[in-house]
Amino acid sequence: MLDKELRSMIGDVKDGRMDRRAFIQRLAAVGLTAPMANQILAIGGVAMAQSPNPYPPTKRGGGGPLKLLWWQGPTLLNPHFATGTKDQDGSRIFYEPLASWDVNGHLNPILAAEIPSIKNGGLSEDAKSVVWKLKPGVKWHDGKPVTADDLVFTWEYASDPATACVSISTYSGLTVEKVDDLTIRIKFNDPTPFWANAFVGAYGCIIPKHLFAEYKGGKSREAPNNLKPVGTGPYKFVEFKPGDLVRGEINPDYHMANRPYFDSVEMKGGGDAVSAARAVIQTGEYDFAWNMQVEDEVLLRLEKGGKGKTLYAVGGDIEFIAINFTDPNTEIDGERSSLKTRHPILSDPRVRQALALLVDRDSVKKAIYGRAGRTTANYLNGPEEFVSKNTKWEFSVEKASALLDEAGWKTGADGVREKDGKKLKLLFQTSINGPRQKTQAIIKQACQKAGIDVELKSVVASVFFSSDVANPDTYSKFFADIEMFQIPMTQPDPALHMRRYHSRNVATKENKWQGPNFPRWINKDFDAAIDAAETETDPVKRAGLYIKCNDLIWQDTAFIPVMHRLAVEASSNTLRPALSGWANQTDNLQDWYREG
Amino acid sequence: MSQYVLRRLMIAIPSLLGISLVLFVVLALAPGDPFSELATNPNVPPEVQAALRARFGLDDPIYLRYLHWLNAMLHGDWGFSFVSRMNVDTLILQRLPTTLYVIGSAQILALLIAIPVGVYAATKPYSLFDRIANTLAFVGFSLPTFFTGILFILIFSVTLDWLPFVYTTDIRATGIRYVLEMIRQAIMPVAVLGLFQAASMTRFVRSAMLDVIRLDYVTTARAKGLGQAKVIVKHVMRNAMIPVVTLIALQLPAVFGGAIVTEQIFRIPGIGSLLISSILSNDTPVVMAVTFVFACLVVLFNLIADVLYGWLDPRISLR
Repeated sequence: MLDKELRSMIGDVKDGRMDRRAFIQRLAAVGLTAPMANQILAIGGVAMAQSPNPYPPTKRGGGGPLKLLWWQGPTLLNPHFATGTKDQDGSRIFYEPLASWDVNGHLNPILAAEIPSIKNGGLSEDAKSVVWKLKPGVKWHDGKPVTADDLVFTWEYASDPATACVSISTYSGLTVEKVDDLTIRIKFNDPTPFWANAFVGAYGCIIPKHLFAEYKGGKSREAPNNLKPVGTGPYKFVEFKPGDLVRGEINPDYHMANRPYFDSVEMKGGGDAVSAARAVIQTGEYDFAWNMQVEDEVLLRLEKGGKGKTLYAVGGDIEFIAINFTDPNTEIDGERSSLKTRHPILSDPRVRQALALLVDRDSVKKAIYGRAGRTTANYLNGPEEFVSKNTKWEFSVEKASALLDEAGWKTGADGVREKDGKKLKLLFQTSINGPRQKTQAIIKQACQKAGIDVELKSVVASVFFSSDVANPDTYSKFFADIEMFQIPMTQPDPALHMRRYHSRNVATKENKWQGPNFPRWINKDFDAAIDAAETETDPVKRAGLYIKCNDLIWQDTAFIPVMHRLAVEASSNTLRPALSGWANQTDNLQDWYREG
Repeated sequence: MSQYVLRRLMIAIPSLLGISLVLFVVLALAPGDPFSELATNPNVPPEVQAALRARFGLDDPIYLRYLHWLNAMLHGDWGFSFVSRMNVDTLILQRLPTTLYVIGSAQILALLIAIPVGVYAATKPYSLFDRIANTLAFVGFSLPTFFTGILFILIFSVTLDWLPFVYTTDIRATGIRYVLEMIRQAIMPVAVLGLFQAASMTRFVRSAMLDVIRLDYVTTARAKGLGQAKVIVKHVMRNAMIPVVTLIALQLPAVFGGAIVTEQIFRIPGIGSLLISSILSNDTPVVMAVTFVFACLVVLFNLIADVLYGWLDPRISLR
């Protein structure tokens, strides 16, 4: 879209000549989605839209207990130490950020009085600072008031490497200063178009200075409140048994009117996903269960005449096959998959394209993911404004065979193609996980038809995703030809998601394979687009750059996207949870209620 | 006697040291990383993961880590969980009551079934009762607990809707209702575990009884004109119990160790489920502590069994 046209459209929205929805639809038509469109409007000077969750209850409490079933229970309750989403979910019952993402990828104010925009003076034109205002009168569960000091402290706490917080990168590259008791200013070292990261969402939870001040840095693990959270959330802490139970009771002084609806909340952990689905959908013992990694067929059977149903939240999680651009079988200076090598088979783009043609996404969706997946050709699948409309996928053994013929791979006597006496043989690794092994089998079958011999390998998840330098089977070492797994998209902005594959991030022996660019894919155009997008303050141009990045991945077949995965939850028929694919399940817990 | 116990305890020290060394080395060599969940999270740079590893001493050489652990253990510090960031002993103590209640009840149920049934079956071998008891025992120990557990859930929870299948430590009731709820939710796991144990134990009691019942002194006792009940209980059972005591003593540590499969199925927050979730998340300090405590208990109960032999059969002297 033309920059000028966009500017005039933003002007129209500002003056009320065009309504917000029409604007978002126009942008969606050119490939920009709602969260991005909203950020565009925010930077263009229009206050960001909020789509509050519907909330009919007219009084606080009275809803009885809310029983949640997390088949992996939270193991700790400090949001800045949360290793997995289960810990974030447990902490979020008690702690709150300034704002959280709602179902449309809009910011929903929680502790903030309002969402910063250029109009209200919260955002600066150069994208180098943000001013957040706290809601007045908010109190910690122990009665002390929440002030700007707590926010400044949260930043100091999380950004201190000695504290060893998992949220450290959210709070680095910026400084937080107190403006007055209820106002802070975040100053970014570089222009930061995606300003809504610190103090927003799971890692944005604010912790009380008066309880954690002594436990910043090296002493962080001794803080008694790591296990006894004192936050501002809708429920107050009662009891915590790691891995088993988190219990809270209604916060009678909660800062939002008529909320929360339930008198108490209980999060039970343990067991497995299938029986969790059964306890919610079939017997109704529990109200809500998280992360239903269960075959769709089983869920459909449970739903027949059951007491609950499944719910789906759309985010940007992508299940994909990565291609190794270096040679895993040659060792150079004691390093396999070294950057100094080129993959003998896969460095030919025609072979990569043939592989992409051999992934039957429709069958994978039908047989495995069902309602929990969407077929896609894109690596970047959300928010909508960042989703490319220029790509397409196809399944065709004939076309793949033709490409391989063209590349010089001729079918041998045993049905396997060969070239210069070398067999077309690939090692395909993934983590041990039912759906993944089934997907591997579907792809192997198609490859066989096209004359590619695929050897399947599956590695225990705790090894595959480990950063253990001594282990050869980690995804980041990538001592295989292709590998498949999922990368979750944790926020409605592609910056972190796409930055991984910049050539400076290649995983090598030198950086102990910590570089996130594990396929060792190097593309100058991609690097340039990422670098430009990082500092581009014009949201439209920025979205265009990320779309370009996605298209480069597609054109070069650096990845073969398999499935855009949705979050699947199980809920009782009467419960009305507020869910978002861009947030954790408990991020909008204050808006949950029961009907009928 | 006390000298014997003391000597046995002294012998236990090197064997426990050996056990701890083997456990530690195996766990240290096992692949995996407690912070693997952070790996695919784009919000967390890999340096954070590396810093955490360094922080918890995961990059030190094994012998150093072992010495640290041993030293801490001698001072009563059981270690610090990587995953929960709390002391391991608190974690274990939190789960001990539930384990004792559920697994202990199951063991008692097993004994209450196995001893009377086994004894009665042995007094009337190859009778109809014996045959039925035998058949049921075979069926009982051929069916694994993960199968019977799910079967029970399908029958009693899903179809009949009588019993809950999620065990909760947080029952909202007081007094008699609390007790009733506690019993109600424990029925299925206790039955699953207890019946499984009872099945093999019944066979054991029966054969131990049969070995003794044929001996001459039993015939003598009968010839003296003693009643059947007295002969069986005072003369046969006391002698037949020696092998049974060994079996029970070796099973008792399991009461503390929990039952991994059953705990997982019914979501019982016991030691077994703590162990399995710690293994899955590579939380080595917890795995180490649980397995080591388990090893200590096995050694201890072996000793107790040996002491009990002397009481059951004064001919066995303890020197």
